[in-house]
Amino acid sequence: MAFLGYFLRRLSLVIPTLVGVTIITFTLTYVLPGNPAVVKAGPLVSPEVVKELERAMGLDQPAWVQYWRYISGVVHGDLGQSSSTGRPVLEDFKQRLPATLELTLASLLIALVLGIPLGVQSAVHRDTAIDHVGRIVGVAGVAMPTFWTGLLALYAFFYLLGVAPPPLGRLGAGIAPPQAISGLYVVDSLLTGNWTALGSALHQLMLPAFTLGLSVMAPIARMVRSTMLEILESDYIKAAWAAGIPRRRVIYGDALANALIPLVTILGIVFGFLMAGNAVVESVFAWPGIGNYAITSLMTKDSGPIQSFVLFVALLYVIVNFVIDIVYGLIDPRIRLE
Amino acid sequence: MTAVVEVRDLSVGFATDYGEVEAVDEVSFEVREGEVLGLVGESGSGKSVTATAILRLIRKPGRLTQGSIMLGGRDLCRLNEDELQQIRGTEIALISQTPRTALNPLLTVGQQVARMFVLHAGLTKAESRKRAIEMLALVGIPEPERRARQYAHQFSGGMCQRVMIAMALATRPRLLIADEPTTGLDVSTAARILDLLRELGRETGASILLITHDLGVVATTCHRVAVMHAGQVVEVAPVRALFRHPAHPYTRALVRSIPRVDREITMEPIPGAVPSLLNAPAGCRYADRCPWVEERCRRQKPAMTEIAPEHFVACFAVEDGRAAPV
Amino acid sequence: MTDVTRPPIAPLAPTSATLRLVWRRLQRNWLSAIALGLIVMMMLAAAFAGWIAPYEPDATDAAATLQVPSLHHWLGTDIYGRDLLSRIIYAARVDLTVAFGATAMALVIGCAIGAVAGLYRGIVDLIIMRCVDSVMAFPAFILAMAITAALGNSVGNVLLAISLTQIPNYLRLIRGEIFRIREMEYADAARVVGNPAWRIMFIHLLPNALPPIIVQATLAMGYALLTMAALSFIGLGIQPPQSEWGSMTAEGAQFIVTGEWWLFLFPGLAIVLMVLSFNLIGDSLRDFLDPRMRGVR
Repeated sequence: MAFLGYFLRRLSLVIPTLVGVTIITFTLTYVLPGNPAVVKAGPLVSPEVVKELERAMGLDQPAWVQYWRYISGVVHGDLGQSSSTGRPVLEDFKQRLPATLELTLASLLIALVLGIPLGVQSAVHRDTAIDHVGRIVGVAGVAMPTFWTGLLALYAFFYLLGVAPPPLGRLGAGIAPPQAISGLYVVDSLLTGNWTALGSALHQLMLPAFTLGLSVMAPIARMVRSTMLEILESDYIKAAWAAGIPRRRVIYGDALANALIPLVTILGIVFGFLMAGNAVVESVFAWPGIGNYAITSLMTKDSGPIQSFVLFVALLYVIVNFVIDIVYGLIDPRIRLE
Repeated sequence: MTAVVEVRDLSVGFATDYGEVEAVDEVSFEVREGEVLGLVGESGSGKSVTATAILRLIRKPGRLTQGSIMLGGRDLCRLNEDELQQIRGTEIALISQTPRTALNPLLTVGQQVARMFVLHAGLTKAESRKRAIEMLALVGIPEPERRARQYAHQFSGGMCQRVMIAMALATRPRLLIADEPTTGLDVSTAARILDLLRELGRETGASILLITHDLGVVATTCHRVAVMHAGQVVEVAPVRALFRHPAHPYTRALVRSIPRVDREITMEPIPGAVPSLLNAPAGCRYADRCPWVEERCRRQKPAMTEIAPEHFVACFAVEDGRAAPV
Repeated sequence: MTDVTRPPIAPLAPTSATLRLVWRRLQRNWLSAIALGLIVMMMLAAAFAGWIAPYEPDATDAAATLQVPSLHHWLGTDIYGRDLLSRIIYAARVDLTVAFGATAMALVIGCAIGAVAGLYRGIVDLIIMRCVDSVMAFPAFILAMAITAALGNSVGNVLLAISLTQIPNYLRLIRGEIFRIREMEYADAARVVGNPAWRIMFIHLLPNALPPIIVQATLAMGYALLTMAALSFIGLGIQPPQSEWGSMTAEGAQFIVTGEWWLFLFPGLAIVLMVLSFNLIGDSLRDFLDPRMRGVR
């Protein structure tokens, strides 16, 4: 019952934000320079034709009418047309989303699997060599542009060592994708037992996922370190040592469990970093996801996909943060029960 | 009576940016079978550090510099971390001064008591749960079945301390260290917690090392008392003797500082503050506050001498008879 | 002769512990000093690029294309024979201008709006904060990308876009500080004595809000640089002959398959060094200036 209140409170904060987000994307799409009618008609038509098109597109209506039309379009899945692919943007999105999802999840997994133990070890062995290495990784990880790390990785593992495949998509040349279930090649090939596709998918995923994963590992490790330091000094951890609870259990059970709660709250920020990094990394590795799609559209001045991508990412970001808040409420008994 | 724990010449130093601080300086005392030994002193006198040292939980920048802690024929100072882990929670248990924050917020109270049985007695999960509920009932928690499923933040401070006691006594330790167990509790709750401790100590056969700065608590709860000042034990005596005939000038001042209703005596604050332990003088650390100080006190550390049966004091003035007996 | 007995002054023995303390303090500043030196050097190089750069940044040399770093071309040349070092030095002008400009603009606008929100409260504050929430609902880089794409490709628009995404940071800082001061009793006390509200605010706001703002601005310089570089890497903001670290890296990226490593390595290294320097200085400033963060590493 108390949780329902928490849920509703959170929800009431999300709705105005969603409205704000769509107003911003609407403004960016329709109000700013680059008259959509001129863009759509092309440069060689007379002003009368443009006027006609404006009327047809509803651009002569007041702003709030246009906004309402925009919103109902978005709600019904109408994100406009891509002038370069000639298809509805939503169709293009659906096709490319699994690639982005696969890369994002793989990167998040790598970042968590490397970042959490690094943070824990830095905290447990404070001011020792492990801690210093962790700090250097953290400081450098934040300062390195993702595209540059990606290029370095490509140069080292593809050009010099030859262990990584050329950056040309999700599967090696001539390998058929597994039967589509989730759209994630790694998951689908596992489910269908298609080992050839699995091997190739992992091979292709390796460098981009590590590049993106490393970029968000630093904030995760830093957060885990600082909360772990605080928690290791807490009374209940001292009580656990005094009660003879085995060391591994105290650190990875009692302490880490408590440290992961604040970590959940920064996962939203991490997700934002991932979405931003995604676009760049996808373009470095020619990964056929929505970020790459948006950036390719940038080159061809195809505004529909870009603004839809931005809207999509922002909506996703708001929803992810909302879900994170709810999950936070569910796992912390102090919120769940009060 | 035999000693359960015997602490001999225990010293603990803390490395700071300005040099090593000796927070505990050659402390010796023993806790005997079935007794409650009070360890009293002002804050900063090294009581809690001593307790932490007995559990061998002193961490950097602190370290044990010398001494021995004998428990059941073994010297805790010579054991490795694995062996110590076997002893903590089973032979020595700790109750801290912060019951509300000393329980893990993510585990139910029942889980926390039950895992003592799983870890230290090797019981099954189901059996441990049952025993945990029995323990909660034993420490006087009403509706233990229901309360066992709740979390620490749903308990009051006094109830949390009861849970801590249940955890500490679950595996029938030989020594229970209670570090200021009633801090932050209101007077009547504090009194009930102390009663519970004494009673359960007697029932389970655990000896208790009770750390406190409150002489009232000492008077009602302890059998014997060790007085600490600035990291040194200055006097050890049975509780009656300590209050009737305090010998060390510091103990005298402490006893005089208790507000009394039955006597028309003004409370006297103790002159000076606990001296800085950084580059502490070689001799008695009370020298700067002592009315009977002489040159020798600053150079040389007075040894413990027995001035009456079971009554030990470390003071040259008392030894020489310069300090008039009370 | 004097009979004034002075307490003996205990000489602070140069023990290993004292030395370690001094060393630790030095160590932290020593890193920041190098960082500051690097930034000043880069700024000077950018300002006097005409004298310092060994070649014209756009001068092509058909006889010296794709040269490996050597004594003639310290960082090598690109496919047109342009000297990479000179281009990196000239690029610093764009990168540092955008970083400083965007940060300064965000700081001024953010503080102003934040003060309005904090002082007027009520409905004004509510509207401003809903706008802030909406802006912060976008990952900063994505929003900057969208704004640049909508406004059109120019360095000025990139500066504007980056600045817009950073405004909420200062806004929230100032607003929070004003709300905090309002809660305090000394503000009430001062009001009773008859000081006007704006004076109370000004006197208490400045010393409390300035340190975190300075720290925030220093760290924001690093973010601004990274955003700028990433935007131009994906082709926004910079027009071709102009050199900028991110777009230079993008040009160099094409040569990975043929192994001309210097083309993407050095421009990226310039970004890393600058961002690292701003972050290190920001971290030590926080240690010095912000009492709440003191002792926290």
